[in-house]
Amino acid sequence: MKAVVATLTLLGAALIATTAAGVEPNEMLADPVMETRARDISRNLRCLVCQNQSIDDSNASLARDLRVIVRERLVAGDSDTAVIDYVVARYGDFVLLKPPFKPITYALWFGPVAIALIGAAAAAAFLRRRRTRDAADAGPPPLSQDERRRLEALLKDAPE
Amino acid sequence: MERLVDRLVVGRLVYVLPLAALAVLTIVLLLGLQKDPRIVPSALIDKPVPEFALPPITGGRGKGLASADLGGQVSVVNVWASWCIPCRAEHPLVERLAGSSLVTVYGLNYKDEPDDALKWLNDLGDPYAEIGADRSGRVGIDWGVYGVPETFIVDREGRIRHKHVGPITSETLDGEIFPILRVLAP
Repeated sequence: MKAVVATLTLLGAALIATTAAGVEPNEMLADPVMETRARDISRNLRCLVCQNQSIDDSNASLARDLRVIVRERLVAGDSDTAVIDYVVARYGDFVLLKPPFKPITYALWFGPVAIALIGAAAAAAFLRRRRTRDAADAGPPPLSQDERRRLEALLKDAPE
Repeated sequence: MERLVDRLVVGRLVYVLPLAALAVLTIVLLLGLQKDPRIVPSALIDKPVPEFALPPITGGRGKGLASADLGGQVSVVNVWASWCIPCRAEHPLVERLAGSSLVTVYGLNYKDEPDDALKWLNDLGDPYAEIGADRSGRVGIDWGVYGVPETFIVDREGRIRHKHVGPITSETLDGEIFPILRVLAP
């Protein structure tokens, strides 16, 4: 039992450790407002070494260097956008975890909506056409008196 | 009759168009799969080299490397470090590049210990015209370096024209770097 508890505690500790950010205490700014801004900025900047982690999460040395630069620029009085522009100027738009909204990314932003709209229009056209066709040939015209009589005669003659 | 033809053509298109669109999308995505996602295009292509001035490796020869050294002639800036294993693999090819008359090859020693860097140059040979030691990695960040080795081609006007990420192989040297150099320095 003791062993189980110990294992669970260790597992829990490991989980907490792995979800913690890559930010080291000695990197943090004394001013909590400034530090929050730095965290918000670095959460949206990609670590180019690990690619799917932000520099806030990553413990790669390049991510650390960039976190330090983000904080230096903030202390120097840069606005949040100026700090982000500084990093984008060096590493390109790929460094942004959220793709920017500009002509080259219009396909990315509007593409899914456009495809959904085309699909909906095609489905609507298809359904409307099927409905008009169904109405057009709702079945053969009813039998005339003469035809009915012939049918009855045929049915009467038919062997059981 | 004409209406029948019309309806036939339109009727076909409804089935053919989505298939054609799917085929195009499949080809585009398949081509995308061939690309290496670790290679990020440089934001600095066709831009002037960043302003920098680096000292030589402590205890090493030369005067270091600065932006003023680049330009005037076509140059290659090779970012390397003694702790970087692929750099060791590409070293003979950097030497081959430095031996060509097309280009001057400079080194950017990235986040390295001076003793380790000097030992590496002593062991493997020093192909560089000058070496700048970037111990903090700050100049590397200004160049958009995110993994060593990286190799930049700088034209006569001091603009970055090409970046190769990862070790140079004989294929990249002959198929990628030399053709660009021949265009820039005929």
